[in-house]
Amino acid sequence: MKLQLEKRLRLPRFAWFTVPLYSLAFAFGVMFFVLAFFYLGQEQAAGTAFSRSGFALVSLLSTPFSSWFGFFGSLTHMVPLALVALGLSVAYRVKAWNIGGEGQMYLGAMAATWGALFLFPGVSRPWVMLPLLCAMGLAGGAFWALLPALMKAFLRTDEIVVTLMLNYVALFWADFLVNGPWKNPAGFGFPGTASFGVSARFPTVFGGQLHTGFFLPLLVAVLLLLLQQKSAWGFRSRIVGDNPLAARYAGISVRRTGAMALLASGALSGLAGAVQMMGVQHSFQQGFSSGYGYTAIIVAWLARLNPLGILLVSFLFGGMQMGNSSLQMFHGVPSALTPTLQALLLFSLLGGESLSRFRIRWKKPGEVADHG
Amino acid sequence: MARKPLLEMENISRVFPGIRANDGICLQLFSGEVLALLGENGAGKTTLMNILFGMYQPSSGSIRLRGKSPGRLSPTKALQMGIGMVQQHFSLVPSFSVAENITLGWKTRSNREMLRGVERKIQQLGAHFGLPVDPRAKVWTLSVGEKQRVEILKLLFTGAQILVLDEPTAVLTPGESQQLLAAIRKMVRQGSGVIFISHKLEEVLSISDRIVVLRHGKVVGTVDRSEADETTLVKMMMGHEPEPLALLPSPPRGLPRLEVKGLQVKNDRGHLAIRNLSLEVQRGEILGLAGVSGNGQRELAQALYGLRRVVSGSISLDGISLESGNVHQRILHRFSYIPADRKGVASCPNLSVRENLSLKKRLPPVRNGKQNPLIRTFSIQVASEKMPVRLLSGGNLQKVIVARELSAKPTFILADNPTWGLDIQTTGLVSRILREEAKRGTAILLISSDLEELFRLSDRIAVLFEGSIMGYAPPDRTYREKIGRMMAGIQGESGEDA
Amino acid sequence: MGETGVFLVSVLGAAIQSGTPLLFAVLGTILVERSGVMNLGLEGLMLVGALAGFAAASVTSNLLLAILFAMMAGALLGLLHALFCVVLRINQVVSGLAITLLGSGITGLWGTRFAGTTAARFVPVKLPLLGDIPVLGQIFFGHDVLVYVALGLVPLLWFFLYRTRFGMNLRAVGEEPRAADSRGIDVYRVRFLYTIGGSAITALGGAYLSLAANSLWMDNLTAGRGWIAIALALFAGWDPVKALLGATLFGGISALGFHLQAFGVPVSPYLLKMLPYLLTIGVLALTSSERSRRKLGTPSSLGIPYSREERM
Repeated sequence: MKLQLEKRLRLPRFAWFTVPLYSLAFAFGVMFFVLAFFYLGQEQAAGTAFSRSGFALVSLLSTPFSSWFGFFGSLTHMVPLALVALGLSVAYRVKAWNIGGEGQMYLGAMAATWGALFLFPGVSRPWVMLPLLCAMGLAGGAFWALLPALMKAFLRTDEIVVTLMLNYVALFWADFLVNGPWKNPAGFGFPGTASFGVSARFPTVFGGQLHTGFFLPLLVAVLLLLLQQKSAWGFRSRIVGDNPLAARYAGISVRRTGAMALLASGALSGLAGAVQMMGVQHSFQQGFSSGYGYTAIIVAWLARLNPLGILLVSFLFGGMQMGNSSLQMFHGVPSALTPTLQALLLFSLLGGESLSRFRIRWKKPGEVADHG
Repeated sequence: MARKPLLEMENISRVFPGIRANDGICLQLFSGEVLALLGENGAGKTTLMNILFGMYQPSSGSIRLRGKSPGRLSPTKALQMGIGMVQQHFSLVPSFSVAENITLGWKTRSNREMLRGVERKIQQLGAHFGLPVDPRAKVWTLSVGEKQRVEILKLLFTGAQILVLDEPTAVLTPGESQQLLAAIRKMVRQGSGVIFISHKLEEVLSISDRIVVLRHGKVVGTVDRSEADETTLVKMMMGHEPEPLALLPSPPRGLPRLEVKGLQVKNDRGHLAIRNLSLEVQRGEILGLAGVSGNGQRELAQALYGLRRVVSGSISLDGISLESGNVHQRILHRFSYIPADRKGVASCPNLSVRENLSLKKRLPPVRNGKQNPLIRTFSIQVASEKMPVRLLSGGNLQKVIVARELSAKPTFILADNPTWGLDIQTTGLVSRILREEAKRGTAILLISSDLEELFRLSDRIAVLFEGSIMGYAPPDRTYREKIGRMMAGIQGESGEDA
Repeated sequence: MGETGVFLVSVLGAAIQSGTPLLFAVLGTILVERSGVMNLGLEGLMLVGALAGFAAASVTSNLLLAILFAMMAGALLGLLHALFCVVLRINQVVSGLAITLLGSGITGLWGTRFAGTTAARFVPVKLPLLGDIPVLGQIFFGHDVLVYVALGLVPLLWFFLYRTRFGMNLRAVGEEPRAADSRGIDVYRVRFLYTIGGSAITALGGAYLSLAANSLWMDNLTAGRGWIAIALALFAGWDPVKALLGATLFGGISALGFHLQAFGVPVSPYLLKMLPYLLTIGVLALTSSERSRRKLGTPSSLGIPYSREERM
């Protein structure tokens, strides 16, 4: 007797809705117990542990909607996530597996810092400086994606490990800069650069709660949507992503498309880094990214590479990040809550979707599939 | 001589939706003999062997091994019962040695001694049967011929008594083919029975003891080698068919549109699939290319279209040299290509019908509310042209691709079995369009394994065998046998035909 | 022994020791990836192993139990990865990254309780006779038990891979699954089991950090070693002996850094940290050709960019 998973030919009618629902329920259920276990570990009584766990989860999820502070904070956290995820979606669509979002983000931030503090410190008009720094961010990120792109195009090397390795090289390079040549002399010895001039900061709205760089992900998402559906490049990318053989047949170079996609996604991740510099941190510091580059991979995947979906998911994830910080401050919940929940969500949603495509069957011994 | 046959296949029939692939086939294999299975494409040879090997179950009929029924066959069971098949795709682990590949999957505990024993036996068997192979050599270093020997040795090790070889010399050089045939003779002298599938008459006549000829799923006849010769065999393979349609007159000769000179193309294994091939297609002419599949048609089509690199030789369209591997150039010069594997190569499953219809254009289709007229012309049955193409039925998908390629006012059409999988109506439509295009001055190269189609549509027929043009013939059914001989490798009159 | 000699000996000794967590991680990954399953979840596995081991040691003070517990935790996470990649055939890259995220998240959550505490610890044990050998003794034989276990695993794994039937089957599954399948080897079962087993061994690498190298638990204890191990597996061509050399090399790089600074040689610590990653990229560039792949016996479902079922 063998357990076989058979592909279902057609999904039940409301599967697109019920499957994610069940998966979400499962993920939150597991998270609830995991968190309760944490509280139990803190020498709490069982009842308190469970209620605190529930409370924490609810506040976490309702952060974006519970106050203006929460809302704007979520939007702020959403910006880098969305930008990187949008970039990744460009690459993933043509099956170019860019895992280097984190490193590319660093390079973009470094490029913007370089521009703001060392190359063009004298530029005083924000309308010149801000686009200039954004361009530097794009260039920095693309630069970091150049090596994997070249290796993919000419050496047929898998980009997964190369981009991953470059993440760490970027990290250490940043450490070096921030502890060495770029260190702020007036910074009391903290590893970080001096602050950006006023012209290099995004102006804020809503009473300082949200920086204007927030429009960029929206812009990019709309741009990507338009390009994908209407432009020649978008059409070619869809063909490559769907059937590389047919792409070859249609005269499209698959390798070149993949390499270009890597560069584009690197550029967008770089932009994310630059935006963080200009909008949030206003200086380059060690560890400024709380793993956005990796979280963005999950965001892109959950949103099925759809630009609007990415905006939504990154907003929700941004909300979780925001919520976690306040929970951390006021309720002693560690910041590890967010990545755990995100991982659980990913597993549940992926698993749920996969399982729904299969039906479990018992195969009788000796029965062989008849390839009629 | 009353001896019990090793294998008896009695009244085997196998029906697929719409086709009787095998129809009441009776076949016997005795120990110590080589039985050749001869037939054109689609005659049913592969299906029959797949049934023998347990990959399919027969719709009716029975199999007996040494007089006893083996029960329901599966590939594993077939191996256990001593039936082994050497296929065209090898399954060997590249970094393992020959001996290790042979012992892969054995249940016994591995140790040095056993491996040495296996190596010795490999050398013995190799020497004995003329299949020499270095047992310690790593498989990735072996030539194709040597790899095939390893596959055969694998079967000998399992004690296979019935060996099925499916077009084994397709991948070999002439020298290696000779070695293989010699080895086969030695193997049967030991008491095994070999079923040798081929379409090459010379080989068949040189090695077999008896010959079974299949056509359209039925056994046309079983002859002893002593009674067979080329002519009778070709007659049996091709048969005599009534004449359905009248021939259309050939158009006047014009300037050559497509010129191919001295083309050499390698296949995936690194061997030459197209050897020194030259041909011309005139403006307004339909040149049919006949030949049993596997003789280089795929590689030729791919090289002509730019999907495969050319080793040497030249291809030019209207005097412009076509660069090796440059598909884009061909598309710019309006070179249309209908590949044999349409679904896998020429369509994107998740893109819509409308998008697939403009796959080769730079821009995505414009949304102007009007339905693409091709849908009407080709009667493509779709609920909406925005449907993803993977939801289409097989026949409709073919129509989409054919429609796209035939409608873009091409200068040259390369059609590889264009009507395969199409219903009668659409087949007629495609044939008509090809003829109209020819009248417009388009040059067309029509590759087909269906001789009838070639007779109906071509102005000239060329025959491809083992990568070269064997000869030409007019599209006249009286030349059927001559074409058959050329397809089977027997030299015909080369050069242009009157 | 001159100054250089002393220097070298202490560097090598430190290299072996700091390479041990890497070695465990790589050896485990070799098993997983040789079966054809890409394993990017090493960081998560090591963290989970570290916490599980530490927790068990803290509660029971029994080191053996701690080791077993760590391995079990690794096996559980490995089971998750196996379910997703082998049974459900989900994209292996995403699954691996999610494992890392899950591992670091859960340990971050449940580990706070143990932060700042200590537990039982593996102490260096000098082997009686061998430890007295002049040079070699100091390099190899003055470490704690786990180091010896790791070192011992190397020849064991080598023998297993290249001299046993099971190892051969494993290699066949990774390199040419069709061939293995046609010989009656259950490709799915092999992948499933080795993913779980390899993950357990990887988790040991993390346990080393919390039970031997130090006796503590803290957030992000592994500090990126998991990622280095991924690079290492590739660098070593999935071969246990090369893995030992690589782990010692990579582990030694940081040891080298400290020692060089102590000796007044100016080497940028940042450059040293980058070195393992840069080296790996170099190795990748050299071994990507088809010929190298076949020669090295690269597991076929890794490192080759054509779209296969497992990838998407």
